[in-house]
Amino acid sequence: MLQVEAVDKSFDGFRAVDGANLTVERGELVAVIGPNGAGKTTLFNLITGQLKPDKGRIIFEGKDIAGLPPYQICKRGIGRSFQVVNVFHRLTVFENVQVAVLSQQGRSINLFSPARKLAIKETTDILESVGLSDKSGSISGSLSHGDQKILEMAIALGNEPKLLILDEPTAGMSPEETLATMELIKRLASTQGLTILFCEHDMEVVFSIAQKIMVMHQGRSIIQGEPEEVRGNKEVQDAYLGGGE
Amino acid sequence: MPDKRIINLESFWWQIAILVILLILPPILPRFYIYILALIFVTALLAMSLNLVLGHGGMFQFHHAVFYGVGAYTVALMLTKTSLPAWIGFIAGPIVAAGFGLLIGWFCVRLSRLYFGMLQIALGSLVWAVVFRWYDFTGGDDGIHGIPMPSILSSLNGSYYFVLIITVICLIAMYLIFKSPFGGTLRAIRDNPGRCAAVGVNVRRHQLTGIVIASFFGGVAGVLFVVLEHSVFPDLMFWVLSLEICIMCLFGGWFTFMGPVLGAAMIVALRTFVGIYTEYWTLILGVTLMLLIFFLPQGVMGYFQEKFKPRAKAIVERA
Repeated sequence: MLQVEAVDKSFDGFRAVDGANLTVERGELVAVIGPNGAGKTTLFNLITGQLKPDKGRIIFEGKDIAGLPPYQICKRGIGRSFQVVNVFHRLTVFENVQVAVLSQQGRSINLFSPARKLAIKETTDILESVGLSDKSGSISGSLSHGDQKILEMAIALGNEPKLLILDEPTAGMSPEETLATMELIKRLASTQGLTILFCEHDMEVVFSIAQKIMVMHQGRSIIQGEPEEVRGNKEVQDAYLGGGE
Repeated sequence: MPDKRIINLESFWWQIAILVILLILPPILPRFYIYILALIFVTALLAMSLNLVLGHGGMFQFHHAVFYGVGAYTVALMLTKTSLPAWIGFIAGPIVAAGFGLLIGWFCVRLSRLYFGMLQIALGSLVWAVVFRWYDFTGGDDGIHGIPMPSILSSLNGSYYFVLIITVICLIAMYLIFKSPFGGTLRAIRDNPGRCAAVGVNVRRHQLTGIVIASFFGGVAGVLFVVLEHSVFPDLMFWVLSLEICIMCLFGGWFTFMGPVLGAAMIVALRTFVGIYTEYWTLILGVTLMLLIFFLPQGVMGYFQEKFKPRAKAIVERA
């Protein structure tokens, strides 16, 4: 479904992503791991168009999407959430998700029909599936950090993505919240048949739910494979897991 | 759940009451006050149109008066230089203003925040300079005076009613846009343009559409000004006026819908009534603005909305 082939990205001479490769097949739950600064977020930004790659190809459903603007990539079916909370903080939770749903339905330029009547069911369904229904009228800026991260995901779901990219969905969450969020991701993947690509710090979490794992180190992709295969790899152990962990 | 009703009934009746009062005022009040009220309507419409992009779109539309001036000049030129019926001029004004909005906006949306505002001041001043200098066509700094009007609009009461009705229609249209998916998307862009792009919104196209709509209504305000004053002059598109409209939005509360109307009323009243006693009325404006920024950063309307929110909520729950 998604192939990233030998993609490069430099910032002022620093090679943040250096010939990274990644493959995601339909229906898979794929994790990208790597130490801080390994280039995980940069790689995601390249895939979803926030950044343009210097070199390499990004093939999504047979077409090269490298360098397209974010809104076009989104229209092709890649939705994403962000590592740092990135919501519409003055809008309500409901409106946050509705914006995405309306955009998906191509109605966001609609001038005269009242928004309160549009996309109500879709938006309510999404809020229910992530468990934010009771907060739908709250201003999103006033939610707790954990809820805002969930809202991040709900907004991404509003685009009915074929591929959902989650950039550290549990960053800054308590252990209980992390556990609940991972359950949610697993459930979304199985009930809605979503293909999910995510990156995550918590190793236990990653090895427990991901079907494939790609390891990044200093901008390069070291290996991609099943959790067992990755765990046994010598290079990965040296680069990332270390002796003690 | 979101509030299902488009209008709060209580405030709806208030609005009807205010409208009825405004409709029966002309025979009662002296001519001067009728004129001031009509001027407030025109200015309020202008401020509302700016706020569509400034408060709800988060774009620094620093030279909005250009579209006001273009609308006014278009109708003035068509009424004096052609023999076309007046209503064609009235329709052409907003359309030409929207065209200028499209042209200037097309360059501006490529930049963000302050750079957007600076470029707009530059391009807008260019339009002003052309109007100011082109004596043969626009009358230069003299402007155009004694513009012929259809007989129904030549009396003050006639133009008062015309201005009032058009303003109300425009406010309703803007309210519908405010509540439409487009309005919601515009506010989402204001809060977070990057995230909007990531949910598939073409940010620049929405911003440009917003500017075109705002300049259209700015042009309507320009036409209404001509109906009221029967004259135009380059000051209509001078940047000082643009600044004044921005202050109106700030005054009234730029995240509220009706705030700019209040701001416009306050500034026009201040200019008129304090202006009688001293030419330094801007001094009072400055002090008021400072106090406002310190004590009511949300604007006057924003403050009242905040204050009465619990009550408004209770009404919704009761219903």
